[in-house]
Amino acid sequence: MTTDDNPEQPVVKASNITKQLPGPDGVLTILDGISLQLAEGEVTAILGASGSGKSTLLGLLAGLDEVTRGEIELFGQSLAGLNEDSRAALRAGKVGFVFQSFQLLPGMTALENVMLPLELAGIRNPAIGATEALEQVELGDRLYHYPGQLSGGEQQRVAIARAFASQPKVLFADEPTGSLDQATGSRIIDLLFQMREQTGAALLLVTHDERLAARCDHRLLIEQGRLEQTS
Amino acid sequence: MSQFILALRFFRRDFRSGELRLLVLALIIAVAAVSAVGFFTNRVEQAMTLQANQVLAADLVLSSNNPIPASFEQQADMLDLNVAHTLSFPSVIVHQDQTQLVEVKAVSKNYPLRGDLRVRPFASANEEVVKHPPAPGHLWGEARLMAALNLQPGAQISLGESVFLLEKILSRDFALGNSFFRLGPEVLIALEDIPKTGLVTPASRVRHRLLIAGNQEQVKTFQGWATTRLPQGVRLEHLSSARPELRGALDRGSRFLGLAALVAVLVAGATVALSTRQFVERQSDTSAIMRCLGASQSLIFNVLIIRLSLLCLIASLLGIAGGWLAQYFLADLLSDWFGGALPPPSLWPILTGLGTGFITLLGFTLPPALRLGAVPPLRVLRRDLDAPPASTWLLVLLGIGAMALLMYLQAGDSTLAGWVLLGTLTTVGLLLLTAWLLVRMLSPLRHRGGALWRQGLSGLARNPSMTALQLTGFGLGILAMLLLTIIRTDLLDAWQKTIPEQAPNHFLINIQPSDVDNLGAFFQAQAIEQAGIYPMLRARLTHINDQPVSPDQYQDERAQRLVSREFNLSWSAQMQTENKIVAGSWWGGTNQQRALFSVEVDIANTLGISLGDQLAFNLAGVPIKATVSNLRRVHWDSFQPNFFVIGTPALLKEHPANFITSFYLPPGKETALAALVRQFPSITIIDVSAIMQQIREIMQRGSLAVEYVFLFTLAAGILMLYAGIQASREYRRQEAIVLRTLGMQRNGLLTAAAIEFVLLGLLAGTLATLCANVTGWFIATEVFGFQYNLNPWTIVAGILGSGIAIGLAGMLATWPLSIKPPLRMLQNG
Ligand SMILES: Nc1ncnc2c1ncn2[C@@H]1O[C@H](COP(=O)(O)OP(=O)(O)OP(=O)(O)O)[C@@H](O)[C@H]1O
Ligand SMILES: [Mg+2]
Repeated sequence: MTTDDNPEQPVVKASNITKQLPGPDGVLTILDGISLQLAEGEVTAILGASGSGKSTLLGLLAGLDEVTRGEIELFGQSLAGLNEDSRAALRAGKVGFVFQSFQLLPGMTALENVMLPLELAGIRNPAIGATEALEQVELGDRLYHYPGQLSGGEQQRVAIARAFASQPKVLFADEPTGSLDQATGSRIIDLLFQMREQTGAALLLVTHDERLAARCDHRLLIEQGRLEQTS
Repeated sequence: MSQFILALRFFRRDFRSGELRLLVLALIIAVAAVSAVGFFTNRVEQAMTLQANQVLAADLVLSSNNPIPASFEQQADMLDLNVAHTLSFPSVIVHQDQTQLVEVKAVSKNYPLRGDLRVRPFASANEEVVKHPPAPGHLWGEARLMAALNLQPGAQISLGESVFLLEKILSRDFALGNSFFRLGPEVLIALEDIPKTGLVTPASRVRHRLLIAGNQEQVKTFQGWATTRLPQGVRLEHLSSARPELRGALDRGSRFLGLAALVAVLVAGATVALSTRQFVERQSDTSAIMRCLGASQSLIFNVLIIRLSLLCLIASLLGIAGGWLAQYFLADLLSDWFGGALPPPSLWPILTGLGTGFITLLGFTLPPALRLGAVPPLRVLRRDLDAPPASTWLLVLLGIGAMALLMYLQAGDSTLAGWVLLGTLTTVGLLLLTAWLLVRMLSPLRHRGGALWRQGLSGLARNPSMTALQLTGFGLGILAMLLLTIIRTDLLDAWQKTIPEQAPNHFLINIQPSDVDNLGAFFQAQAIEQAGIYPMLRARLTHINDQPVSPDQYQDERAQRLVSREFNLSWSAQMQTENKIVAGSWWGGTNQQRALFSVEVDIANTLGISLGDQLAFNLAGVPIKATVSNLRRVHWDSFQPNFFVIGTPALLKEHPANFITSFYLPPGKETALAALVRQFPSITIIDVSAIMQQIREIMQRGSLAVEYVFLFTLAAGILMLYAGIQASREYRRQEAIVLRTLGMQRNGLLTAAAIEFVLLGLLAGTLATLCANVTGWFIATEVFGFQYNLNPWTIVAGILGSGIAIGLAGMLATWPLSIKPPLRMLQNG
């Protein structure tokens, strides 16, 4: 947290991380010796077959879970030895998420969903920033609709607005177009890249889509928990 | 501060988004039920107390053989209390050449302060209710006096140096029941007439009474003030020092109401437990996302607790308001029975209402809420991840703790609360065990039978904790309803039967040993049944196990009173049939030759006397000593002569004694009384029909109140049913979508739901019915001291009713799922 303004510092840095889980027949190694870096404002795609460990890696990098071995630094701060709460504090206001299944809260309106990260960051008048963000994703006229009343593409746009509303330094996206049709998917991706450019946030994107990967600065391919190829 | 603002924002959303609607509704009904019962019982109890105060004709009475110091009246004036004076003394009425011993009661103008008097202008006239005493120069006398002197209203009679007009027949002075040792019939005159009679001189034996009534709080204040300043020889009487019969009836009445309220709490708790789960489950998602976005565990927890507390406050206040309105309506319906509006409720029930709201909500939501902060943020990536399950033990313990606290608060009687709690715990244990067994048994069965059966059964097996929750919730609710049914029918019945139609309404005391045989013959000749003629000796308790006893040894007010006055002792070879031995055994055979005592169990507890103790009494100067060989339970409200302490014939037979009996005098047979007075002039007759009437009224009103309280429990029960069904709604919705998309038809869906819920209902019903009957039995015998008759109808109705009601409710709840197009359900999130 002290060094997060250092331009040399990568936003996310993983060194030789391994994730193992106890399985029915012994230990299950899901990720095995992965190292990577994500510099400020950089866009990186993670590719890989289903079940290769992409989501697991994303979760670890965002500090949502703990590694078995290896080390992760988020904003220059090592996650080793930090408990759940300290990791959450590290994320507050600086990390955004977009998920395949949108993860909007069904009981809240679009506006309230977007306000949530602002409220948690203790920002005054969160409705103003949230409205702006929703206008940017062209949902200015759907502020008071509930997720159930929005289409999948619209829900994902709300999720993107939520992810960027707090001006995060890094955005984690797990197959953001996975639940959408081709056309809607590309609009979402355009929006995602456009908003990223405006805020200058780094983006770590899990995807199956080769064309989408091609638009990124870097590409990582994961196979059975190992980092096979980078470009 | 920012947490509070955040909580407020969430809270606004909670309300709009409807996530909390069921929980709020459950709480509102719970609190409304409890506070309606609270307000209502509070008023009814006050009304009952007021009514019972008719027996004293006041709220408090100070009595003494000397004039009561003026300071007491001044203090009463200062507290804005009403006061009245009475003087009573034995004297002689002269009419022509006949004389009659009477008890003169001279009363001030505002007598009676509580209750009323009943008079008749002539013998065959109807009773009139009056609230004032006779005017100066007039005299009202009891029918017995008329019979004795062959008088009619209008006659001139002399009392002392003055002549009075016998104006009316006094048929009921409620306060009569209080003066136990009266020598003759009562005559009522105005206090102003006393100087004219010249009967009262400083030397004469006169009982002075200062009657006090007014605002209950002020009366309490006065009582507190007076208690510490009573001069020698001045006695303070209030309701609880009034006759044991009445005390018993009031105690039971309020216990019944307490029990009814307690049952409402039980249903409310079950409802909240059922509806909490859905709310907490929904919060899991919010918590996971909040954690992803950087919220700490404590923030999530605090925000949740603030929301719950706000929710609780609002729901409780609404509930209290609802309860207030409801009790108004009820009290209005009942005011007829109470002959006028009930006194306004005190503010206590508001606190109870708030307490109930908070204890119920926090007791059932705290364990799941505590773990919400620990929802892993990874849940956003992997749906199957959930918060570490709250320890079942913690859940159960906190729930039980909350229940126990509520029950204790509500019942105000730890024995009663204890039995109900024990019954509840046993039921919960059995229900959980059954749920566990059920899920285990059903799992293999799921693969057999038709598709619908499979579907229905898997509905129970798919989510063991949900099944356990529903079974427990339903079971508790049914237990509560059945308990209340048992109370309403069997217990109230048993209570009313304690005073049979022909219970003795007259007592005879001061019967001389030489009169005993003649009196028996007299009753036989008049065809009047009597309860047996018992010897009665008055003695003071001096030692327990050779330790001298004195009032200062006891904290308890009642114990102090008991020790400081004389006991009524009796002796007998046989035990009275209505009594029941609770410890030791009655003396038979050669034991009758020994020196033994049998002691009434309540007094034994109050004075700390146990089986085998040595008691010493001072019997008119003669010390006697014997061992306690048994403890008896006595029904004071049975109106049979009863005694605190009974000795063996060998111990007491040789001591001089008076005899006592009681009998039922049918209406219209008053002439027999006159004959009795003529033949046995020394015997004192005490008419207890007035007090008996009062006890009957207390019973009726108590029963009626319990009936009304039942309506609340019924409403709470219906909500509980709804909550129970709603608890698994989410699962059933998802399932319905899948099943309907796969082609299952409406009837199939409904049948599967019916199978699931009828089975759940039957199981819950069976267990709850059994437990309700056992608990009912314990309450009847241990708390109320009644015989409990198992009612097969409650069993059949309990089991079948539960199956049908829960099955129907399940089908009703599935109905919308079976008609909405699946796509619509998918879209509506
Ligand atoms: N908590 C867990 N328990 C057991 N197995 C797990 C757990 N988390 C992940 N796995 C396993 O680890 C592997 C990687 O899972 P992960 O979700 O990271 O894959 P993925 O690359 O995101 O796949 P997809 O493209 O289908 O989303 C899978 O085989 C998964 O079953
Ligand atoms: Mg994945």
